[in-house]
Amino acid sequence: MNTWIEKQRHLIDFTVASLARRKGKNLGLLSIYGLLVFVLASVALYTHALRAEATKVLAGTPEIVLQRLVAGRHDLIPPGYIERIGRIRGVQKKEGRLWGYYYDSVVKANYTFMVAPGMKIARGEIVVGPALERSRGLAAGNGISFRSYSGELHTFIVADVLPQSSELVSADLVLMHEEDFRAFFKYPEGHYTDVALSVANPQEIKNVAVKLMNALPDSRPILRDEVLRTYASIFDWREGIMLALLAAAILAFGILAWEKAAGLSAEEKREIGILKAIGWETGDVIKMKFWEGLLISLLAFLLGYIAAYLHVFHADAVLFEPVLKGWAVLYPRFTLTPHIDGLQIATLFFFTVFPYTAAVLVPIWRAATTDPDTVMRG
Amino acid sequence: MLELTNIRKAFNQGRHNEYWALSGIDLAIPERKVTALRGPSGSGKTTLLTILGCLARPTEGRVRLKGEDISGLPERFLTEIRRQTFGFIFQQFNLIRGLSAIENVVLPAYPTGRPRKVLLERAEALLADVNLGHRRDAKVEWLSGGEQQRVAICRALINDPEALIADEPTANLDTKLSKEFLGILERLAASGRTIILTSHDPMVVESAVVDHVVTLRDGQIVDEK
Amino acid sequence: MIFQPAIIALLLAAGLSLAMLLIAAPFAAQVIRHWDIASGSERQLRLERLTYLFSTLVAFVCLIQILAALLFVFNADKMSVMFVGAMCAVGALNVNEFGFPALYLQLALFFLAALWLALNHADSRARDYPLVKLKYALLLAAIPLFAASLALQMQYFLGLKADVITSCCGSMFSADAPTLASEVGALAPGPAFIVFYGAIGAAVGLAAWHWRRRDDLSGYATGLGALAAFVACIAGILAFVSLYIYEHPNHHCPFCILKPDYEYRGYGLYIPLFAAAAAGMSAGVLRLFARRPSLAQVVPPLTARLAATAAIGYVAFALIASLMIWQSKLILIE
Repeated sequence: MNTWIEKQRHLIDFTVASLARRKGKNLGLLSIYGLLVFVLASVALYTHALRAEATKVLAGTPEIVLQRLVAGRHDLIPPGYIERIGRIRGVQKKEGRLWGYYYDSVVKANYTFMVAPGMKIARGEIVVGPALERSRGLAAGNGISFRSYSGELHTFIVADVLPQSSELVSADLVLMHEEDFRAFFKYPEGHYTDVALSVANPQEIKNVAVKLMNALPDSRPILRDEVLRTYASIFDWREGIMLALLAAAILAFGILAWEKAAGLSAEEKREIGILKAIGWETGDVIKMKFWEGLLISLLAFLLGYIAAYLHVFHADAVLFEPVLKGWAVLYPRFTLTPHIDGLQIATLFFFTVFPYTAAVLVPIWRAATTDPDTVMRG
Repeated sequence: MLELTNIRKAFNQGRHNEYWALSGIDLAIPERKVTALRGPSGSGKTTLLTILGCLARPTEGRVRLKGEDISGLPERFLTEIRRQTFGFIFQQFNLIRGLSAIENVVLPAYPTGRPRKVLLERAEALLADVNLGHRRDAKVEWLSGGEQQRVAICRALINDPEALIADEPTANLDTKLSKEFLGILERLAASGRTIILTSHDPMVVESAVVDHVVTLRDGQIVDEK
Repeated sequence: MIFQPAIIALLLAAGLSLAMLLIAAPFAAQVIRHWDIASGSERQLRLERLTYLFSTLVAFVCLIQILAALLFVFNADKMSVMFVGAMCAVGALNVNEFGFPALYLQLALFFLAALWLALNHADSRARDYPLVKLKYALLLAAIPLFAASLALQMQYFLGLKADVITSCCGSMFSADAPTLASEVGALAPGPAFIVFYGAIGAAVGLAAWHWRRRDDLSGYATGLGALAAFVACIAGILAFVSLYIYEHPNHHCPFCILKPDYEYRGYGLYIPLFAAAAAGMSAGVLRLFARRPSLAQVVPPLTARLAATAAIGYVAFALIASLMIWQSKLILIE
């Protein structure tokens, strides 16, 4: 066992020395390899973080949201509608929600105006999300005026700014008092945007939804789990599409690795010939080359992954944002919560190290089986 | 030490340019003696040397090393035997550029898995023995031809083999360095090693160190004394 | 089909493994037809060189199968949110009838590759390579299995359809979708307990016996013992070890223990278990060839070492499992 370890140490020593001797070639390969890992890892980290973000957003939302449809379009909940739902077993709480969109022509962006459930906001005051804080230069205590759709100017005092965490949810939010909301949008008294229902037992959700459909045929219940599932598959799908587009890059990389491994320089061929002649066995040369590939792969993986991590979580994924986010325009920057998981790393491994190894296997074998007597015949 | 019976070796077998480099060699290499193979280029002496040194397998015929038949052994086992039994000194020295003298010397011992410390100690002793102790960390491409050959000799000795194989050892050396080489050869022979070399340098073949001269022509032995 | 990275990676792995073996197949056939160790002809030298390529290739494929099996399970777990009623990997694998067979075949391929590598190891230590034709025949025989693995995975992934809201205007909720079986069937904890520790004890005992005796009978017994203990251990994990880890009397999942929620404890169980099973079975299979003259010196020390590895692996597995049970707050058996 000890001789085995000692032998591997010798082989690694030799490999490191030989890598250092051919800096140019190896740095070239390393940078392309690293770049591939960087691109793939950026995609993976980014979509994964978005997915985690979406899950976090949805975690705070009610299990079922009930909308009313008129001619297949989302319409207001009229007075008395909520009462018509009646008592459904399993529903803990049902309440009407008020929210809407407001287009701010100053910064050319949409805000979400909302009456905060369970939050005490005095009349004339608002609580804003971090995006507004940035785009309009707001801070607690400042005043701001919005021109409503009816043309009147409404002025509010900013009472507070929402925390940065999970900006994706709260960035464009403007929270206000119910009466301010109704006055601003001229929202008819007693009407609501939709109805939120909380259901404690997850097994019951489906039954509750069926009962709602029966009780109110013009309603559309939206289940949180279904939204979650939809998001999950949309994000995965996007990531998959990105990877499919990058398949050409992976293939090109495989070909490059093959070329690099197959196109040994005369100098390298001579070296392998010498090693074989002075007593190295084919298996030893293969092991040496294996260590070489492993060192390059690990290094490229590490460099690429770290660079991708910095790119996604500290540079806001500047390179991919337009392709992958596809969200409202208001989110010029939001910091994703760092998130790494095993599946993702395993998948990345399959997309990078695996093609590399498969590509260099045959060339390495070819080089390693050089006849030991070639140096004497040359 | 080595016995060859009816050795034949073909290249490009089964193709139109097939040719037999060796055609029926019977030869015994005595132990603890210096044997020289000579002959014009193309006579098959290098091919014979590769078979004697277990670098290649004969196409036909038997090779016995100390009575054991090794002619049918796969490369894996042949390499092991070669590593333990033979040290090689090549015509072009064949050192690995970019590595220091001492790193070149320890290379043949890597597959044995002996601890690095032991290897370095032995390599240092060998280098000191040929007056190269002070050059141990010099890159081999900075060494002179004579120094390079001495490094190659140290490399051949790192695994303490019973036999040394040298292919045209003086071809790249001037007279003075050739004499120096013969001096080293004498010391190695005196220490009880079997030495097999090829050469068409009369200075080597006719020197007193050589006990046994084999002359080849067209893949056959034409003279042996 | 659900289009996502882990699935593409799995299909890529299965496809490439198969492709590499297919490319290698004609050479394997050549080895079988023309191998003649006594000859020094150039063809024989070329064939001998090819053997290095094959052993490297199979070692690589073996590694890929292990990683792919892990990825397969991870991915099933991650996908489980997409299917109504699927709580974890088991549910996702049950979405169609190809999920579990694909996993089983993947594991079988791992064991086959490990056995092949053991044969290869013994063979390449005998000076006349006595098993060479057998080895390459086995390699050719395994190709259909790799093809089947790819086909099963394709079937499984193509048959997946996420229960998803199809557009913003239509709410689809799967009231009529059949609920997925999210649990695997398991033995009652009491008998499983006895079978589990009994089988491990037997396997360790047989391996220790072989380690001392080094003869045929004890060798075959070690192989069978290792196989039986592997089955018993998986049954034990399903029946009670997992319950203790989850501290939940009904969650029989063999996969969730691999998740960070349970501190990756599953690896502590599965790594020694798979290593021990592969080593023990290899010892049994290698023993079949102990009578070949050139292997007579090679096989006994090798199988003894494999048996020792198997014994150590099973003891480690049993200790780790017992520790997890001991630390658990769940009480199954008074």
